[in-house]
Amino acid sequence: MRRIENDLGTPAPRGAQNATVSLTIDGAPLTVPEGTSIMRAAREAGIMVPKLCSTDTLNAFGSCRLCMVEIEGRNGLSASCTEPVSEGMSVRTQTEELARLRRGVMELYISDHPLDCLTCAANGDCELQDMAGAVGLREVRYAEGASHLVTEKDLSNPYFAFDGSKCIVCSRCVRACEEVQGTYALTVDGRGFQSKIKTSTEQFFDSECVSCGACVQACPTATLIEKSVIDHGVPDRSVLTTCAYCGVGCSFKAELKGDQVVRMVPYKDGMANHGHSCVKGRFAWGYAQHQDRITTPMIRQTTDDPWEEVSWDTAVDFAAKRLQAVQKRYGADSIGGITSSRCTNEEVWLVQKMVRTAFGNNNVDTCARVCHSPTGYGLKQTFGTSAGTQNFDSVADADVLVVIGANPTEGHPVFASQMKRRLHEGAHLVVVDPRKIALVRSPHVEANFHLPLQPGTNVPIMNAFAHVVVTEDLIDHNFVRERCDLQTFAEWEDFVRQPENSPEQVAVIAGVLAEDIRAAARLYANADNAAIYYGLGVTEHSQGSTMVMAMANLAMATGNIGRSGVGVNPLRGQNNVQGSCDMGSFPHELSGYRPVGDPETRELFRKHWDVELNPEPGFRIPNMLDEACAGRFKGLYVQGEDIAQSDPNTQHVEQALNTMECVIVQDLFLNETAKFAHVFLPGTSFLEKDGTFINAERRINRVRPVASPKTGMEEWRVTAALSNALGYPMNYTSAAEIMDEIAALTPSFSGVSFRHLDEVNSVQWPCNSEAPLGTPVMHVDEFVRGKGCFVLTEYQPTEEAANRKFPLLLTTGRKLHQYNVGAQTRRTKNSKWLEADTLEIHPTDAEMRGVRHGEWVSITSRMGEITLRAEITERVVPGVVYTTFHHPSTGTNVITTDLSDWATNCPEYKVTAVEIRPANHRSDWQKQFDERERAQSDLLPAGGR
Amino acid sequence: MTIAYVPLDSVAVAMEANTVAAQLAEAGATVIRNGSRGLAWLEPLIEVQDEKDRVAYGPVTPETVAELISDGVLHHQLIRHPLYIGSIENHDFLRSQHRLVFDRVGYDSPVDFPDPTDTLNALAMSPDALIDMIETSGLRGRGGAGFPAHIKWRTVRGTEAPAKYLVCNADEGDSGTFADRLLLEGDPFRLIEGMVIAGYATGAKLGIVYLRSEYPIAKTIFLQALEIARARNLIGRNVLGSDFDFDLELFVGAGAYICGEETSLLESLEGRRGQIRVKPPVPAISGLLSMPTLVHNVISFASVPAIVRLGGDAYRDLGVAPSSGTMSFQLAGNVKRGGLIEVPFGITLREMVEGYGQGTLSGRPFKTLQIGGPLGAYLSHQELDTPLTYEAMTDIGAGIGHGGLVIFDDTVDLAEQARYAFEFCELESCGKCTPCRIGSVRGKETMEQIIGGRATDREFNMIDDLCEVMDRTSLCQMGGMTPIPVRSAMERFQQDFRHRTKP
Repeated sequence: MRRIENDLGTPAPRGAQNATVSLTIDGAPLTVPEGTSIMRAAREAGIMVPKLCSTDTLNAFGSCRLCMVEIEGRNGLSASCTEPVSEGMSVRTQTEELARLRRGVMELYISDHPLDCLTCAANGDCELQDMAGAVGLREVRYAEGASHLVTEKDLSNPYFAFDGSKCIVCSRCVRACEEVQGTYALTVDGRGFQSKIKTSTEQFFDSECVSCGACVQACPTATLIEKSVIDHGVPDRSVLTTCAYCGVGCSFKAELKGDQVVRMVPYKDGMANHGHSCVKGRFAWGYAQHQDRITTPMIRQTTDDPWEEVSWDTAVDFAAKRLQAVQKRYGADSIGGITSSRCTNEEVWLVQKMVRTAFGNNNVDTCARVCHSPTGYGLKQTFGTSAGTQNFDSVADADVLVVIGANPTEGHPVFASQMKRRLHEGAHLVVVDPRKIALVRSPHVEANFHLPLQPGTNVPIMNAFAHVVVTEDLIDHNFVRERCDLQTFAEWEDFVRQPENSPEQVAVIAGVLAEDIRAAARLYANADNAAIYYGLGVTEHSQGSTMVMAMANLAMATGNIGRSGVGVNPLRGQNNVQGSCDMGSFPHELSGYRPVGDPETRELFRKHWDVELNPEPGFRIPNMLDEACAGRFKGLYVQGEDIAQSDPNTQHVEQALNTMECVIVQDLFLNETAKFAHVFLPGTSFLEKDGTFINAERRINRVRPVASPKTGMEEWRVTAALSNALGYPMNYTSAAEIMDEIAALTPSFSGVSFRHLDEVNSVQWPCNSEAPLGTPVMHVDEFVRGKGCFVLTEYQPTEEAANRKFPLLLTTGRKLHQYNVGAQTRRTKNSKWLEADTLEIHPTDAEMRGVRHGEWVSITSRMGEITLRAEITERVVPGVVYTTFHHPSTGTNVITTDLSDWATNCPEYKVTAVEIRPANHRSDWQKQFDERERAQSDLLPAGGR
Repeated sequence: MTIAYVPLDSVAVAMEANTVAAQLAEAGATVIRNGSRGLAWLEPLIEVQDEKDRVAYGPVTPETVAELISDGVLHHQLIRHPLYIGSIENHDFLRSQHRLVFDRVGYDSPVDFPDPTDTLNALAMSPDALIDMIETSGLRGRGGAGFPAHIKWRTVRGTEAPAKYLVCNADEGDSGTFADRLLLEGDPFRLIEGMVIAGYATGAKLGIVYLRSEYPIAKTIFLQALEIARARNLIGRNVLGSDFDFDLELFVGAGAYICGEETSLLESLEGRRGQIRVKPPVPAISGLLSMPTLVHNVISFASVPAIVRLGGDAYRDLGVAPSSGTMSFQLAGNVKRGGLIEVPFGITLREMVEGYGQGTLSGRPFKTLQIGGPLGAYLSHQELDTPLTYEAMTDIGAGIGHGGLVIFDDTVDLAEQARYAFEFCELESCGKCTPCRIGSVRGKETMEQIIGGRATDREFNMIDDLCEVMDRTSLCQMGGMTPIPVRSAMERFQQDFRHRTKP
């Protein structure tokens, strides 16, 4: 396998190229878009001009000089990578002189390169080797002289090695770091023969390098190479699939040697990532083979009993009988299920179907409840669709980016790189975030405005933006008149005009400068194309839904909807949050966001499923937990989610789980929730799944298995077996068949099938007969709901306020190297970068409390107490502290509260009033946790992990 | 009151001019630090002005100045003193020159604000008329490439862009060249005027002078001149009362020869390592910060006021079109009389070496001269009658470059010089392109084998092949021109190489 395939040498010319140019290359007449390089034109025609320093993911550089060609009528030779085609040009790529010169250049290269091809890890996947062959180099005549053959290797990065002795200084790594990733971690140090690739520190590991792998991907030799390739050799086959980490949904080629995954290579034609990757998707897939993985079903009578390994039949039978017993004793509504945003649409579909059919209720919810449920609600109210409006590529047309409550460089790194490319081109940036996230200021990126607001004050800030737009008449009147509901607009206009929404009054509440709010609002409103990107910093508040609608209002009022470069764009946390929501994992909605109360929809399902559906909405996750504590909810099927770690107020969750009589956990690992479970159904990793994921831009990507399930059973078959055991028959023969059912029952998916996806790569829903290739940008001519609806967004402050006892506001988030609850990334070498969660605290707050960097601090909220090490940093403003929740022993959610979004119950993770003080011991909860961890490990077969 | 002129240029200062100046001041003279007249072998060249005459003495030392002072040099002319020169303007070295760029250099303090008539006249013309005048004049870039200036000017003017820039390349790195320095130290306003006029003609509102870091005196003088120019409204808003705004900045380079190449210079200005940019696009279309940029050498810009003064036709009629106007040659190396010689194109090498230079300093027979800097050709005595025009030089495989001529006597070993050409390339290569980065090293090593007597025909073939690769495939002229000194030495001075071949 080649790291780089079908390389056309230089990128396609930018922008819409209507004009074409005709020329001849080696006598062959060609017509190509204006601005195309000679090299690309030649390669498109199958004429392989030799090259080393160019590759079609990077701008032409012109340094290797192998690609020189002769242009009729010119004295000198030209580098075909940097020379654009021109009308009537006649190019020769092969002449005696060119052959001689290319051999001469290659002779120079090889005079400073080890002659160890046979034992080199890149043997067979090395462009230098290829080119030496292509130019016919037969001898290196130069006597032994100065060289770089004795150069120390840098093996500090856990995933890739750097061997300077093999470096040809083509700068592809440096340029990839700049142009593709946008981190600028690499440079060429020294000049002339002394030139060498360097990071700012002595080694890769502790430099600014974010291990995205772009440099490794770009390297034409074995200089930068995956350690897995050094260990296993160059892979020999590949399977195209989709990453299972964040909501960007990068396409990868899983490259294998036999059954061994050797590396994950970002797929150049992947529509979400265009050949780029981050440290998680590119390298952190080792968890799939981790020793902690459980691959045999297990059952136990009580949670104090040891686990018993059993057959699939026994496990399914045990689970079914328990659920039936619970329902018999406590009623039909006493059980429910939670679907997973990590699983495929097909797997999710079956779980929600099982709940509605075999369970006979609507008690199904999904982990989107705790992240993006306000997005679904808010965008549906205003625009009519519970999804983001744009494709990722749209950002390339944006002139102003407003990033609110999102930290793309950590949470959505591949899309962050795409944003940075646009920012490097000169787009303006507004960041609304309590923390000084990397986008505020990093190499060649600087936000025009950073509004470091107090956590919980998103809504007033957005209302103040609207106030400026209305009072300064920055409204796009045409857009509003033609596209929006004028009645609601008029009411909204009156509302935002009120003085309490003025920047001057809001500034006091939010702790930012009024003039910055005004200037940022003007920047947004006056842009040709302005786009809002947001994350959980918007949704995870008690006003999450209000904030989503406030942003939607603003976008409509300024006409920033319905074309490329604009929109309201949620950055989804998990790989299939969008899909799990689309699949109808909600107690009140069937697939495609149709209410269960709607008789027509129910009738459609009844016909297909041959069962009457319950018209009453079921329980949301918090309702399930509350009902459990009240003794009325006793059985739960949890598909690939760890509510005991990820949901707020851990002690409440633990109490609820403790009261249940049948907890069924389907997961890769014995997670925190599994410690309260009676049945453990081992799950499959994405490398074993066959199905689809839907990313944040509504893109339906295929997930293809690279290996058979380690558990012996595909995950959807497990759900089907449980449903069958419960008495509702499910007889699918393939995952494709499930998608066919989804398509048949969901209008926005009616054109989707595995075969269609295999043919066209991926589509963005709606995908139907009107849009067989999908819909990149929504609401183009009209809103899905008809007229855009303005909703009044009055600010109701959270009850969780700081006071004398709890004077600081804690907000939570994630970091690049770990993912969510860390179940996957903690079981990879990513932990080398982040071994534990820490508490970020401003120097002023630290000083006042005698807190020292790196030392233990106790964090107390109204809900509980945990202990972490302090990290003193000015990333946070005074009064705000920050931590992550990647490690279960941290217990971050022990201190978060029960408060939640008024419309959707999305928990208010982002605001918790706390006090910090130096500590010399772990908190009581953490001690309990350690005990439970030990006890539960002992209950595992063969003495546990 | 007696005025004593003591040059402040780097050569004079290296020869203790500052001490000399202090001595003269101590003795009661009003000392004016002027620029150098460009007669380098006479530095420090002091001039004493009484009511009537301005008389030169040189080269002086602190000891001889003490002697001159005690002999009464501040009170009467010491005609019989061995250092007595008389009026410097009557010196044959100067009298025979045709100074247009350097016409003011050496008369007065370099920071005396000059008569801005040329600039005023230029601002009264239309930009297009000015560019037409530049075209008529036949001005070509004085930095080395000899590219017709008007094409760049018109391209910058004609390219639509939110901003346009002028960049003056004062990164004078060629060995044996010093014209830029002499002008910056001696008459910085000439450059400023030239840039103001070019800015007006092209539509650029900002100019940047990229000065090599090894020129601290030039930096001081130029910064003072900028301040004065701003105060006198030669730069700033509404230049000299016109509606044209123009500003100038000084940027001190980071000390790399390669930054004298225009695209590397732009990279360096933008804060990156000095590395060649590929062309196209040319800087006139996309240069500094991707904006249209007129990049010229100091002497190119400084030639502009004279063109305005004389008119395009008169300027063109100097020299031998299409090598038009005057060129500021610099004579250096093993030569009796080194210095700056501004004359119209067409003068022969022999007039330079034997006329101005008066032969070698050592007195030994002339063997070769290298023209156009360290990457220029080595020429033999057989070529001394060649006129100094771009065309005639091209015909003999040489180039005028920045006008540097370095003289060698018969003790020079051209094989060592050829080796040095590769070594120079190795030292100064930016490292971007392969032929230059690795070729320079392999060339040096192979040449060392030849010098060490270990070579056969094979090594000579390797040098030939390498020269072809570097010449034909290098990204810029650094690697592309390195073969010029090598090949010219091997062709013209075979005996220095062949006698070393293994039998």
